[in-house]
Amino acid sequence: MKARFGTIPWIAGLIGRLGSSDGSRPYLRDCVIVSLAVAPTGVTFGVVADAAGFDLARIVVMSALVFTGASQFAAVGVINDGGSGGAAVGSALLLAARNALYGPVMRRSLPASVPARLGAAQFVIDETTAISTARTNRRDAAGAFWFSGIILWLVWNACSVAGALLGAVLGTPETWGLDAAFPAILVALLAPHLRTAAGRIAALAAAAVALGVVPVTGAGVPILVSIVALAPALWVRTRRTEPPAAGGTSDDTPDAAP
Amino acid sequence: MIALVAGSYGLKALGISKVGGRIERRLGPAVTLLPAALFAALVVIMTFEDAGTLTLDARAAGVAAGAVAVWRKAPLILVVAVAMAVTAAVRALT
Repeated sequence: MKARFGTIPWIAGLIGRLGSSDGSRPYLRDCVIVSLAVAPTGVTFGVVADAAGFDLARIVVMSALVFTGASQFAAVGVINDGGSGGAAVGSALLLAARNALYGPVMRRSLPASVPARLGAAQFVIDETTAISTARTNRRDAAGAFWFSGIILWLVWNACSVAGALLGAVLGTPETWGLDAAFPAILVALLAPHLRTAAGRIAALAAAAVALGVVPVTGAGVPILVSIVALAPALWVRTRRTEPPAAGGTSDDTPDAAP
Repeated sequence: MIALVAGSYGLKALGISKVGGRIERRLGPAVTLLPAALFAALVVIMTFEDAGTLTLDARAAGVAAGAVAVWRKAPLILVVAVAMAVTAAVRALT
């Protein structure tokens, strides 16, 4: 499928980018560390999908072509709980919808050519967007995107196959606290966005909104709804004043402090 | 499976397509605030959400410890290690 979209141009573009990079690549360490957290998660996905009755071929296709961890877990979970295929796809796509929201930010770091963009699209996920947007310089942001995209894609696929083959011999990753690794990584990669008052307000308000709507919405929806938080952040940015108190914005949403 | 593959790829492609470009122009420089909002929402959902309800469990302690590490400018590997260790410890003790 991807070959039809022009595998060769974007691989060539990637090699060119790596070759032309003369400075250090500060994002490399981020990519490796995130991979270390993605690897056991991929193994877990393989184990869970295998237990839910997915055969190896479908696990391979899913990890290679869907390549959005949260959606894959959701789809497999719904099937495992006896849900319909439609319900599985619906909940998976709600979780995948945030990837569409990363696009407007990621566009500036992506190549202009259509085949390269079609290749790049597959890698627009939480982790790559976080690693890339943590970089202020545009060339680093682009390098970080491609590097993390390809590394994470390879790790995710290899590990989900390993999980499917190994089965449940590894114990539950919750025992090692793996479920806290991803939010902690995101906190670290969120930090550069909090340098401005508008960024802090966007983050704080989005967190409050997301928590507030959890009880009344399905999986994936709180993340999408949280973008209404851009409104107060934009208001502050337009007024170009410091907020009176960072905590003031969440006073009307007590859920912000559970 | 086809719907899932096409849908998830389509959503990613939609964001970086002309539609995403229109959103980017409409929001202007404010588009850079999108990651701040989305990642903050993801952090709290991954930390406090469990099967559609809000809960306070070992993850909160681990992520809080990780956040302190971030605030103290610890390297990412240490942030992850602290968050996992605290979560695992709290989980083992409770």
